[in-house]
This record gives sequence, structure tokens and C-alpha cells, in this order.
Amino acid sequence: MATPLTLKELSKKEILLTSGHRMCSGCGAPIIVKMVLLASDYPIVAANATGCLEVSTCISDYTAWKIPWIHNAFENAAATLSGVETMYRFLKKQGKIDKDIKFIAFGGDGGTYDIGFQSLSGAMERGHDMLYVCYDNGAYMNTGIQRSSATPYGADTTTCPVGSGIQGKPQPRKNLTKIMAAHDIPYTAQASPSHWMDLVKKVKKALEIKGPKFMNILAPCNRGWRSRTDDAIQLSRLAVETCYWPLYEIENGVTKVTFKPKEKKPLADFLKPQGRFKHLFAPGNENMLKNFQEMVDKEWGYLLKASGTE
Amino acid sequence: MMAKVVAVTGNEAVAYALRQVNPDVSAAYPITPATDIMQRFTSYVSNGQVKTEMVLAESEHSAMSGCIGASAAGGRVMTATSSQGLALMWEELFIASGSRLPIVMALVNRALSAPLNIHGDHSDGMGARDCGWIQLWSENAQEAYDNTIQAFRIAEHMDVRLPVMVCLDGFIISHSIERMEYIDDDAVKNFVGAFKAVNPLLDIEHPVSYGPLILPDYYMEYRKAHAEVMAKVPGIVLDVAKDFEKIASRKYGLFEAYRLDDAEIGIVILNSAAGTSKDVIDSFREKGIKAGLLKPRLFRPFPYDEIGNELKHLKAVCVLDRADAFGGSYGPLFIDIAASLYPHKNGPVLSNKIYGLGGRDYLPEHAEYAINELVEIAKTGKVKTLKEYIGVRE
Repeated sequence: MATPLTLKELSKKEILLTSGHRMCSGCGAPIIVKMVLLASDYPIVAANATGCLEVSTCISDYTAWKIPWIHNAFENAAATLSGVETMYRFLKKQGKIDKDIKFIAFGGDGGTYDIGFQSLSGAMERGHDMLYVCYDNGAYMNTGIQRSSATPYGADTTTCPVGSGIQGKPQPRKNLTKIMAAHDIPYTAQASPSHWMDLVKKVKKALEIKGPKFMNILAPCNRGWRSRTDDAIQLSRLAVETCYWPLYEIENGVTKVTFKPKEKKPLADFLKPQGRFKHLFAPGNENMLKNFQEMVDKEWGYLLKASGTE
Repeated sequence: MMAKVVAVTGNEAVAYALRQVNPDVSAAYPITPATDIMQRFTSYVSNGQVKTEMVLAESEHSAMSGCIGASAAGGRVMTATSSQGLALMWEELFIASGSRLPIVMALVNRALSAPLNIHGDHSDGMGARDCGWIQLWSENAQEAYDNTIQAFRIAEHMDVRLPVMVCLDGFIISHSIERMEYIDDDAVKNFVGAFKAVNPLLDIEHPVSYGPLILPDYYMEYRKAHAEVMAKVPGIVLDVAKDFEKIASRKYGLFEAYRLDDAEIGIVILNSAAGTSKDVIDSFREKGIKAGLLKPRLFRPFPYDEIGNELKHLKAVCVLDRADAFGGSYGPLFIDIAASLYPHKNGPVLSNKIYGLGGRDYLPEHAEYAINELVEIAKTGKVKTLKEYIGVRE
């Protein structure tokens, strides 16, 4: 029976990623993993791309995963899970497995937007019954905060450091959620740990849909974002309320904004608490800030139009 | 048991063996000259002649990643590739073997780019020789077929659980029609047996974690364990060969020794070129020259003791390599043969020839050239050129 969607009921469920893992305190990723796994009423088999989550949750001979879990390499969580899911289909057809098992891949933005992009695209096109969850913290945090194609415009990283000539990342981030939706898969969504009910609902919905699903979830990283260790939820909330990280879903081609802020906050509210954007508030960079706000406004406008909620 | 005599290509024979084995899952990607194997196999899938579920991946890297996922999930898995495909799988080859997954892969040997060349040589397989896989090399379609069937038994042996590569020469074997014998479907099925899963990922009641991070405190022990398992492989390969003989009436060892017992000089050579060389050896024998040949079958793990003992009585040995090891002094096969003879103080004088790169024909005259030189070396004990390219423009 499906667990009712209340905190009281969810809190009775077993946490499938145990405490004692070695993620940094205040990291958004394990919060997301716990929420995703709590949302499921099915047994889950997970694949994990190389990255923070992977290196910190399964250090031999310990594992924080109470569910079957496989890490293969950096760029192939989707391809690896394709193989697992295909073997499941085979064994089920042969009557050797009777349970309904669901498959979830977890990858960071590096392992998803960049090096794992082809593997992800291939798995989605082949139609494997799996949910791919990208926990997007906006850089290669595991190797020490290098820019990825998910790194936001203007962000200071160790490979696009702010200098006298360059003021952080010159390019805007890749809109992966849109790209995944363009695969015409049955379900694509964007979520944030600040809006747990929205996130859990989306995972539940995704797991009920047969075929390939993709969710992009914002994952604050206080090391990379240079923010406080206790503000992951607050920052992800600001990301949503400024419409930097809109919450929406695309189900069978129909776009729906799942959370529309009553009052859209200025982007600066999200940027200001983060050290990686500090230089954008320095004299001379007013234009960058303006550009960034325009990018967010434009994208939000597209989204409202696409969802018919202009 | 009725053997069926057929005229087929190497690829056709491998695909036929795979049909008979009927693996659970295959993840594959097309590449010349291996494409043909999976093309034939997927037609078996489409026609319901096998129960295999396919993952038609978007690259070889994903194909091997899918094989790894499927194998860890708990079932029998196979694939095929060549050259650039194997190169793209590189990272995954070590992950498959390090995770102790019994995947079987046909490697249709082809040259590596650049310059781009689709024809047969051993650069691909040789480059992957130390990635923790077992390698079986095959002279002809019959051996490729027989090795493919035996590979599943070796890989899935409870004391092994390692991936196996079955190597056959691109085009020369993969695309040439030969006479060979097929074994009866049921005999193959019984020989291979049912797959036994070890720590399957899909066992929800007993969750396992695959692919942990291991720090310097334990990484080395895992590597040593892998090396120790490799050391058991030759014995198991021989056991499997004995069982195979019962269904096929064909004998297999770790290598083939051809007219070596009373030989004074010998050639060491892999795969299809061994056939040509054996013919040439026969004609030299008719002239009273005591020449012989050794053709390794199990190349990884390399049976150093057995091969050293087989060659130690010779006066001179020429190792012919269909790949070069750039920057190393000699070809890869030569290096292992030299190592196998190192403990034998009065062993043969060695020389090394590089031949047949990128599909260049290996002709009887090349074997004749090598044997004539060996006759001279045996007489004088002196080698003029330790290593040279043959059949090449100056």
C-alpha cells in the first residue's frame, strides 16, 4: 500500500541510506537520496556514478546503502543500470524473479551533464524502465570545485577562477532538464530538497510510469558554493523562489509548473549568500548581475508560456 | 553425438556458438569486423531462436558498462568487439575483471588507428593483455567456435569468476569460409550448464554494494587476490578442455605444440598465421630440417612454466608478433616467451619478427625466411638482427 504523503507517515519508513556515511556536513546530496528512497513503495536497485555521493557512501568494507547498489565508473551510471534493468526483465520473463523492482540511477552534474551525457541519452532513447536522478550542485565538487556545464553563469570555480581578466564562468549553464524532455521520454521533472512534498510526489509519479524518467534536483554544496553548512535548505528554497531553479514537470509532453512563487524574488537573494558569486556584487560587475537576472527571467518566461500559466 | 560438418566464416561460427549457449543478456555496439557476430546473433533474437535480451548500446563503452551491470545483476552475459571498440572499453575492462564478473567477449582482432585500418592484427588484444581478463586465442573458425563454448565454463567456474576474451583474426578468420564441425545443440547446452549467480544485485533480500572505493589500506590485497585467481586459471582451462573433448573429440591444451618433440628450431606464433607456418614447417621437415612450432592458446594468464619447458630444448626460436610494443624493445609475444625461457640457462637463442600489421598478408615465404634464418642461428649461435619487421617496404 502506498505510504500517505505526510511527514508523520514518511518518518515511519526505514531510511535506506544510513547515517555514518562520509558526505560533508550540510551537503544537499544525501538529503535528496533519502527523500527519493523514502518516496518509493517498491524495492529499489540503485546505480551511482563516480562522484561525491559514491566515494563517501561505500568505502570498503562499509556501505551506507541498505538497498542493492552498483557503482561502475564516472560516465556510465545510466548504461550500467541499463544492463541491470535488462537482466531484471530477462529473469522476470523467465519466472526467476517475481517482485516488482524499480531502478534509480544517481549522478552528479559532472557525471550527468558532461561525461555521462551520452550514456544517459542512450539509456533514455532505448526506453529502459528507470529513473535517472541528477543531483546538481553546479560543479565538479568531488575533485575540488571545477566548472562543469551545469556551473551557473558568473560562478567562481577552481578552473574558471575570478581574476583580473575573467570574472567567473563566462557561459550560462546547460539546460539539461529541457534537453532530457526533448528525448520525448514520458516524464521529466525538476525538484528541490526545500520543497520536499513536491520532490516526493514527483519521484512517486515517476516510479509509477513505465519507461525512462529523468529528474534534475538542485543539491547545495557549501564547499563549492562557499555558503554556511546549515543553509542547504534555505538556499535551495531561494533558488526556487527567485526562479533560478523553477519546479516543474513535463509529463508526456505537457509542461506543468508545480510551484509558482507568490512573489518572484530578485536573483541576488539567491546569489548573495554564496561566496562563489561574491565578485558579481563588486563595483564594475553590475552588468553581469543584470545579464544573469535577464537569463533567469527569460527562462522563467519560456516556462510559464510552455505551461500555459503566463 | 552427431557433429555437423559445415562451411562457415569465423564470425558465423562464433555467433552459432553464442546461439547454442543462449546467454541471458548481451550489450553490444557494431564495429568492423566484429559487427557480423552481433548482426547474426540479433537475427537469432528476432527469430526467437535465443531468449537473450539485447542492450543495443550507443557506444562500446556503454556496451561493456551494460554487460557489467547485467552480469552483476546475476546472469550470463556476452558481447563482441574489435580494435577501437576495445580501446573505448578500456576503463570498463578493468572494472569487469576487478569486479570478478564472468563476461565472455569475442575479440575479432583488428589494427588500431591512426592511421585508420580495419584489417587484422593483434594490437587490440595485446594492448588489453594485462587488464585482468583471461585471453584465449584461436587459429581458425573451429578453434574460435570451440573456445567460445569453453570460455563460458572457464569464466563461470566458481574458482575463477573472471571475464574471458576469445580472440580470432579479423577478416582472415572472421570473414573467410572454412570447413568445420558444429556440436549438437543439446551437448553444448549440457556442457555449459546453468548459470550460477554469485552475490546478484537483484537479490533484494540480500542487498550488496558493487564497486566500492578502496583506499591504500586494502587495495593491494584485492589485486593480490586477483593475481592468485589468475594463477589457478591454467589448471581449470585444462579441466574444461578435458570435458570438452568428450563432446567434441578435439583436444585442447594451454598451447599447441607442433612437431616440437624432436625439433631443434622453432617458431612461436599466434592465431591464423600458425596454419601457414605449420605447412612451411612440414616442407622443411621433408628436407630433413628439424623445425617445430608453438602456438599459445591461453595467452592470459600466460603459462610461463609450461611454455618454457616446451621450448627449452631448442637451439633457436623465432617469435613472430602481429603487434609491436612501441618503445619496448620487442613485440609483446616475444617478451613473454623470453620471460618463460629466462629460468633455463641453456635455452634457445631468440629472435623476434614483426609481421602482418594492419592485415598485411603473412605468406609462406615469410615463414621460410624465418626458418632459414633459424637454421643459420642454430649453426652459429649468432643472431644478426634481434628484432626486425618482415614483409615491409624499406
